Amino acid sequence: MSYQIILNMILALTWMFLTTSATGSSFIIGYLLGAIILYLFRRFFDTPFYLRKVVAVIQLLLIFIKELFIANFDVFKTILRPKLELTPGIFTYETSLKKDWQITLLANMITLTPGTLVMDISPDNKTLYIHALNVGEIDEMTDGIRNSFERVIKEVSE
Amino acid sequence: MNAEMISEWIAGGFILLGTVLTLLSGVGLIRLPDVYTRSHAASKSTTLGVLFILLGAFMFFWIDEGYFSIRLLLGIFFVFLTAPVAGHIICRAAYRSNVKLADRTVRDDLKKYMKAE
Repeated sequence: MSYQIILNMILALTWMFLTTSATGSSFIIGYLLGAIILYLFRRFFDTPFYLRKVVAVIQLLLIFIKELFIANFDVFKTILRPKLELTPGIFTYETSLKKDWQITLLANMITLTPGTLVMDISPDNKTLYIHALNVGEIDEMTDGIRNSFERVIKEVSE
Repeated sequence: MNAEMISEWIAGGFILLGTVLTLLSGVGLIRLPDVYTRSHAASKSTTLGVLFILLGAFMFFWIDEGYFSIRLLLGIFFVFLTAPVAGHIICRAAYRSNVKLADRTVRDDLKKYMKAE
């Protein structure tokens, strides 16, 4: 992926030399033209076209912000109720992610969405132990994590 | 109403929202029963509160004074990167030094794993 980005930058520099104008705008024009060329030549690379990954990263960011707001609102509803109705507990979550950075990203995202907090990760990187404020709907939460975060993280690193 | 006033209203709204979020997480810190549930309130809602306050300050200086402060954006980024790790580490350390969970805790899957270890 980084190989394609560097190639795109070299193409942009070549465009700047061809037009003999060393300005930021000619770099941007060259970069866009280079992106089109890389898209046309995508079958010669062993990784998919890199802008797709950029789109996936933006998608991940948007999903994360959405979840953050929804979940924060839920926690405030719980806290401000006159009588606390909590059923805290620790449940396990099996992840199919392999690399360390993916699991770190997943754990950080789970922790930042209120209602869940990663307590421990098993040494074989397969199980996450998650502390939840309300464990009532575990299946729902697990499905939520799997469908929103894990799916997009996989898309980013396919 | 001119552009300057609108920008002040937007920035003020962001900062007010941030302070309310921080206050609410402070209330949560007092009301919740044990370390783990408190760390929920401490590590996340305050993060969102700080995010809103920094964003409000950023918008104010950007629109009002034309000063684009990249340091505030970096501050948001760093807080978002480090706060969840801190919450995780505190909880992990608490569990490993046998801090009890609250009485109303329903299930504890980690216990089996710790015993097996």
